[in-house]
Amino acid sequence: MAELETTTPGGYLLVLAILLPLAGIMLSFIPGGRAAERVALCSTPFGFALACAVAFLVARTRKPIVYTIGGLPPPLGIALRADGISAVMLIAAAVIVSAAALYARAKFATPESVRESRSSLTFWIMLQAIWAALTIIFVGGDLFNLYVALELLTFAAVPLVCIDGRPETLAAALRYLLFALFGSISYLLGVALFYGANGTLDIPLLAQRVQATPVVWTAAALMTAGLLAKTALFPVHLWLPPAHANAPAAASAVLSGLVVKGSFFLTLRLWFYVLPALPTDKVATILGWLGSAAVIAGSILALRQARLKLLIAYSTVAQIGYLFLIFPLAAGSQAWSGTGWSAGLMQVLAHAFAKAAMFFSAGLLAEALGHDQIARLGGAARALPLTFLTITLGALSLMGLPPSGGFSAKWMMLQASIASGHWLWTLPILAGSLLAAGYVYRILVPAFSDGQVSLELQPKRIQEAIAFALTTIAIALGFAPQAFFDFLEIGRPMPSALP
Amino acid sequence: MTPSVLAGLVGAVLVGLGLYGLILHPHPLRKLLAFNLIGSGVFLIFGIVARRGAGAGLRFDPVPQAMVITGIVVAFAASALAVALILRLSAETSRVTLDPDARKSRNGEDAK
Repeated sequence: MAELETTTPGGYLLVLAILLPLAGIMLSFIPGGRAAERVALCSTPFGFALACAVAFLVARTRKPIVYTIGGLPPPLGIALRADGISAVMLIAAAVIVSAAALYARAKFATPESVRESRSSLTFWIMLQAIWAALTIIFVGGDLFNLYVALELLTFAAVPLVCIDGRPETLAAALRYLLFALFGSISYLLGVALFYGANGTLDIPLLAQRVQATPVVWTAAALMTAGLLAKTALFPVHLWLPPAHANAPAAASAVLSGLVVKGSFFLTLRLWFYVLPALPTDKVATILGWLGSAAVIAGSILALRQARLKLLIAYSTVAQIGYLFLIFPLAAGSQAWSGTGWSAGLMQVLAHAFAKAAMFFSAGLLAEALGHDQIARLGGAARALPLTFLTITLGALSLMGLPPSGGFSAKWMMLQASIASGHWLWTLPILAGSLLAAGYVYRILVPAFSDGQVSLELQPKRIQEAIAFALTTIAIALGFAPQAFFDFLEIGRPMPSALP
Repeated sequence: MTPSVLAGLVGAVLVGLGLYGLILHPHPLRKLLAFNLIGSGVFLIFGIVARRGAGAGLRFDPVPQAMVITGIVVAFAASALAVALILRLSAETSRVTLDPDARKSRNGEDAK
């Protein structure tokens, strides 16, 4: 019988990190009106501080922080755990949510003339709800709890897509919801089978108990299929481009940067934390092929778009594909799997920051020009220099040019695939970068060419500065030291270490 | 055939029927109903799991039953959100379709 887990010092921080945005929702909802915006803006610095405190504790103790709810250890109770990747994702979520909140003040401030407007109240509450759901996903230790968090995330993300109520956004939101519902019910069926086969849903306990039986494989396949639908991996990406491209810019940034990473994070948890003891080579290869197909198809579709926001949304489809290359490259405990793991997580972070910055900039551009048709961008870079600097730097990271987080991620992926001897994986990585260069070229060439544009609206300096700050983080990730990658390994189970 | 096996098979059939409806029916309301059918099948399977998974000498394991209740609440909330979206969509466009080109193609035919 394994030793029962107990709460570690600082475990209460995880509870606070979940309670803060949830309390914010209550405090926004009851008084309503302008209070929602103030609560959301005031709580983000605290959330960032909590995330940093969690990361600091994990780094100091070199062990995950654990909190057992009600003092009941699993399998009877439920544990919250924060390891290296949870802490990093908590910080990333806090930064992007804060940036989105500051950016959204221009559009979603309650107008002076009314006490409360529906779109403002919805935006501020749903933003906090997304944050709360992501926090639970990053620290949750029980597969059923994670299901509820995944549903919360969907229910918070869908209203943000159709917040302005145009018919096409309603259709996009409905399509998103139906895909997500399929995903969640499939995940839930997997959870039922896991519980039936092993009698627990706690992640470390399951990892000790699972055996390569047909039930476990079926459960894992159902959960993975559900999570892929929610992550929008090609070929189930159909809902993503209309949903992300039609949402307001502040919402698109959160949806593309963070929300799809929530379900990806659970896929990582499933294959690397629940099932590391199983021979998963074949599954990893299938996921890698799907990822490669997403990289190629997403990039080619991005090349064909006439609207800037749609192009950026299809680029998300392609960049999600890169994430799934982590499965073949980081599986097992070979010499290269550490590199593959670092590469995958770096890709998650670099894409989150770069894509959020690009959606912010695309929103500014659309407001300033009154359209976002790529063909009519002529001369726009001269009129909006800072916005285009942001787009260019974000695009560098997406293409994987040094120095940037995207470069580090793709470089390490190449290293891992060559070291593993499966050099075929280098082809989609390189082709994806070339194609990304192609679609970025399509934006930048008309923008930097001569031409006259008339600005309908001068963009706010503060909004441009926020987008620029995020893109700077994406670039700065390229200079991450080795200590950062060691941090990401904290709490990751190694197949050889398991009984 | 024991009652557990029968209930399990019924659950599997419900999931299968629901999946068929969710993928093949074009109308969102029918898709939503199909989703609820899958949900019923999954909850039935949870019931079987509660019966079989009782390891501690209890006649029934209460944990999956608690999960079913949570699952039903979540599925109900999801259905409510979807119905609200469908109603709003039909109020705005007077037709409910998920096909983004449907309006365009209809206008195109009118032009011909």
